[in-house]
Amino acid sequence: MLDIKNLHVKLEEEDKQILKGVNLSVESGKVHAIMGPNGSGKSTLSYVLSGRDGYEVTEGEAHLNDTDLLDSEPEERAAAGLFLAFQYPVEIPGVGNMTFLRTALNAQRKARGEEEISAGDFLKLVRGKAKSLKIDADMLKRPVNVGFSGGEKKRNEILQMAILEPKMCILDETDSGLDVDAMRLVAEGVNALRDEGRSFLVITHYQRLLDHIKPDVVHIMADGRIIETGGPELALEVEKNGYADLLAKHGISEVMA
Amino acid sequence: MSAVEKMTPAETRLARVSLPDGFGPQRRAALERLNAMGLPGRRDEYWRWTNPTDFIAPDPVPAAPFSDDEPEIFGEIDRLKIVFRDGVFDAEASDELAMSGVEILRLADAPDVNWASSLYGTLEANGQDPVKRPFAALNTASATDGVLIRVTGAAEKPVSLIYTHESETSDPILHHLVKLEEGAEITVLENGPAGARFNKLMEVDVAKGAKFHHIRVQGRDHERRAVTSIFTRVAEEGLFKSFTLTSNGVLTRNECVIDIVGDDANAHVAGAALGDGKTGKFHHDDTVFITHGAERGESRQVFKKVLKNGAEGIFQGKILVKPGAQKTDGYQISQSLLLDENSQFLAKPELEIYADDVQCSHGSTTGAIDETALFYLRSRGVPEEEATALLVLSFVADAIEEIEEERFRDAILTRLEGWLARHRG
Repeated sequence: MLDIKNLHVKLEEEDKQILKGVNLSVESGKVHAIMGPNGSGKSTLSYVLSGRDGYEVTEGEAHLNDTDLLDSEPEERAAAGLFLAFQYPVEIPGVGNMTFLRTALNAQRKARGEEEISAGDFLKLVRGKAKSLKIDADMLKRPVNVGFSGGEKKRNEILQMAILEPKMCILDETDSGLDVDAMRLVAEGVNALRDEGRSFLVITHYQRLLDHIKPDVVHIMADGRIIETGGPELALEVEKNGYADLLAKHGISEVMA
Repeated sequence: MSAVEKMTPAETRLARVSLPDGFGPQRRAALERLNAMGLPGRRDEYWRWTNPTDFIAPDPVPAAPFSDDEPEIFGEIDRLKIVFRDGVFDAEASDELAMSGVEILRLADAPDVNWASSLYGTLEANGQDPVKRPFAALNTASATDGVLIRVTGAAEKPVSLIYTHESETSDPILHHLVKLEEGAEITVLENGPAGARFNKLMEVDVAKGAKFHHIRVQGRDHERRAVTSIFTRVAEEGLFKSFTLTSNGVLTRNECVIDIVGDDANAHVAGAALGDGKTGKFHHDDTVFITHGAERGESRQVFKKVLKNGAEGIFQGKILVKPGAQKTDGYQISQSLLLDENSQFLAKPELEIYADDVQCSHGSTTGAIDETALFYLRSRGVPEEEATALLVLSFVADAIEEIEEERFRDAILTRLEGWLARHRG
């Protein structure tokens, strides 16, 4: 599904290397988690994969099935099945949530050569998905993310995911700013989307999200690289002991990380 | 050399002013005002950013009428239609000028009615101090047509003024009166380019508890020029609300002069202007002056400009709070969205406050498309141009929100979307 090889990335504005050779393969239907200390490059990885400006890839490649991600516009990556759930979903005043969802869905369908969805079918689709995420009619009517609580914003991200039905979902610290109940709701939304043909890359600081979204593989990222890969037990170990031992083992000073 | 040849364009223009029939004393007084103040020059403070030359010139710069494939903007709305073709009332294209609770007369008929005689030119004359507005005085003196509307109850439907443009050299001057009696309510719609050069003035007298709603769409003619003025007086608990959508046009100057004279009155004036220099020069100027002369008045100015390919936007907005106008709440925001580096927005917000218990705020911003929001939309699969269009709609949303009725908001949004679809890239 997702193949990242030797990815090196630096910031465009300053000469600062953020990713220093990331290798990662996520198979179809699997959930991979990436954990790591602050500044390890986790969010950068998610932005580079989805095509945000401001980063320069100096080496390496990234493919989503047959699509060369690094050579595609953000909208082309989305149409190819990539989805990034933002850590900080963006507010767009004056644009209704429904308009936004429908524009996005139809744009992707058009890019894939499919027919646009009819207004009636779309309404049915959204209502069904929104209900299970406890998103009410008012939230659908309001401008995108405007006046939404932290939990509502994250639920809205999952709603978009449910409607756009991407193949590869990246969740960038989706648990940040959520209380326990909101996290459970979000996790349930994600779990409902788990499917043979869909993969997830869950970026998080904390093990607690992984109690709800059970990963198949856990990676530890530090200093722009993946330094350890293991099963769910790796997350528990980090939760218990912190990153210090792992960093020391790989010769990375904590200050640098 | 004859004397005529030595005259400046402004002198020629003034010499040519003739006073049509009706409202003689008011027209003569206006001409006197005009001659005393003269036509503006670039040194006039309120004309520093907008060149008045084309408004002053004895003859208009010819403007080719624009063939418009869009349906008329208010075509779906149940309304009383009043059509002016190049500034001349078109009875055949108009509805019968009758509606319950509303009296409608034509300026060109020179009606001799008291309410009109005491209003014609009065608010314009009051609005000449402290800032001179020569094109308004010129209008009062020489306007050839217009409607005189007196509202005594709740008008059953909106009055829709439609200005069509057919002659390349038309130079219409229209003057409208709207007098709302106590507790009355009306919506006035305006659309169309009107002529090669359009000078339009509307005096709106809002009595106690009356409500005036105004939604205007200035024509898409690329070559048209327009100088328009609204003068309004708002009495106790009265409401004045005006919204203008401008797309294209070489040169537009919209002045709005609001005088809040009664306690607990509300006045809102808003505008969204879309300019693309690729289809011809675009210069748009909103000049607003709001005077709070009574207690607990609320005023809002919300102006948004979307500019690209060398388009120019101007905003000059003033709030004057007179002594004793306590608990005034004045708000002003002017913002521009520059879609490239060649376009320009100039803003001059002014506050002058002589009362000590008031709340007044103003803000002005100029910016480009928000890159984070653009990326968010694109990451959901929305192509860049479509995402940009959505963000433009997002940017102007506050101004459109000033329109109370949804059916008018929808009409404006449809027109906006049409413009955006035509002006991509």
